Formats: sequence, C-alpha cells, structure tokens
Amino acid sequence: MSQPEVLNQEFTLGYTYTRSTGPVVGRFLTALKNRSIVGIKASDGRVIVPPMEYDPDTAEELSEFVEVGQEGEIVSFAWVKEPREAHPMDKPFAWAMVKLDGADVPMIHCVAADREDSLATGARVKAVWAEETVGFITDIRCFELV
Amino acid sequence: MSEEQDMITDIEVPINLKYNFTAGAAATRFLTQVKKGVLTGQRCPECAQVYIPPRGSCPACGCATEEEVELADKATVQSFTIVSIPIPNNPIQPPYIIANLVADGANISFLHLISECVNEDVHIGQRVQAEWKPEEEWTHAMDNIRYFKPIDEPTVPVDMIGKLPVTGLEG
Ligand SMILES: [Zn+2]
Repeated sequence: MSQPEVLNQEFTLGYTYTRSTGPVVGRFLTALKNRSIVGIKASDGRVIVPPMEYDPDTAEELSEFVEVGQEGEIVSFAWVKEPREAHPMDKPFAWAMVKLDGADVPMIHCVAADREDSLATGARVKAVWAEETVGFITDIRCFELV
Repeated sequence: MSEEQDMITDIEVPINLKYNFTAGAAATRFLTQVKKGVLTGQRCPECAQVYIPPRGSCPACGCATEEEVELADKATVQSFTIVSIPIPNNPIQPPYIIANLVADGANISFLHLISECVNEDVHIGQRVQAEWKPEEEWTHAMDNIRYFKPIDEPTVPVDMIGKLPVTGLEG
C-alpha cells in the first residue's frame, strides 16, 4: 500500500470557563477595577494580599479588608529571558514576589525592567495600571522599579 | 450606584491548549481514504477484528495491523445519546443525537451524529447510512460525512451488532 506523507495539523483545544469569584476575591477584583489594592486581616494580625477567604490558622471566615500600598519591595524574582505567547510581556521581564507596603505576605506579579541585573531582592517597585481596568489581576499591568 | 451593584462576581478565564497533532501512519492512511469518500479499517492478523479508525495495532492482541479493509458507509447503532444541553462554541444546536456506530464490515464503533430522524425513535440496532457532503467539500476529516440517517432495514439483534459483514444485513 502506498504511504502518503504523514498528516499534521495545529489545533487549539479551548475551554470557556466562567468562574464565580465569591465575596472576598470579588472584593479584591472590584478594588483593582477602581485602581486600589486590598488585602485581608488574618487572626494573627497579618495582612494577606490577595485576600484569603479563610484564616490559614483558625480556618475562620475572614472579612476585615485593608487597603494596602501600590508600592512595595521585591522579595524574590525569576527573570524570563524568552517570554512565551501567553506571558504578560513580549520582552524579557521578571516574575516576582512583591510585598506591598502594608502587607505582610508577598504576592506574585510581573516586573518590567530593561535588564535582569537592574533587579534585586529588596528593590522598590510600584504598580503600573492598565489603561482600562476591568476587574482582573491584569488591571495591574506590571510593577516597575521606583 | 451602590457598591453591591459594582461588585465583580465572576470572571472569564478561558483556557486554550495549543497542539500540533501528528496523525501517524495508520490515521494518515485512514484520513487520506476519507478524503476520497471511502471508510477504511484495518484487520488484526491474530483475532481478525476490524478496527475503524485504525491505529496501526490491535488493542486486544498488540500486534501490528496492516491489512486494509474497505468498509460500507452503512452502519448499526450500538448506543446513542440525545444531547439537550448546548455546548459553548459547538455549532450544532441541541437536541441532537451522538451515537456509537459500527460500520458494516467493522467490529468496533466510532462516534458520529444521527440526523434526519425522529430523535425519540432512534434505537439500538437501528440501521443508518452516511449522508456525505458534496464531493468538492471533502477534506481529511470525518465530517465529510454530515451525519448518518436511518434507512429502511430491520433492527439488528443486539448480539449481532459489530458482527455484520461489509455486505450488510443481507450478507
Ligand atoms: Zn487482535
């Protein structure tokens, strides 16, 4: 039997998910839409950003929202030399743990910088907002060095 | 507007996985035949079962399947589901029927649609035949067959499903 050239095709498997945010994550996203960042106070007094729904120690429901600063410091980071299509930037950038002023735990976001060696643990960064905010984590387009 | 009304309550988070699918030798051969309007299975040299679409090996015996068998475009309903709930991005509007069909000459079923029927009358053992798209629209895809539609032949007894020769019920 004659064997044709093996067939090959690109295809995308896509799922359309809509996720309920609940009152806590919903409040965080609503704040982002309004260009502010909120965390939540845990039973030991720590401010957690993004806010958690339940206390990590007591498992009690949490509800005391706290607005935190839009600046903070890099706790740790990983430099992305070759961004992929799904990444938030098309030039090299860093994924970083950023501890915002007024928060006690860092949150992950991207940091824009020209070079890897311009970043360092402890460096001060500030949130850069998207032109249009919609209530999603990408409303913070990135952080950049202060 | 109150804060309540402005509150974000849900987010769209679509997931898209990008693949480069390589059909492999057996499926390539099968799809090349489908492009010509022909359904082709492969017979296992050990157990003589005919598989469609062929995968190049027998899942029961593990041996390579090379002998090609041309199958009929008539088939028997092995099982089916009436789909009533729309699936996002699926162009087919419910209610519709998706069925496991065994082509005459084959021993294993493949999935396809049944249409041009009264949904409630579709039953296991029902005889159906392919409704092909116009030849100029044929590509390397099973949807060269729009769907299968019922034909006027007696119901196949359950224990005979998957055992009909390529010549069908009469054979
Ligand atoms: Zn076998």
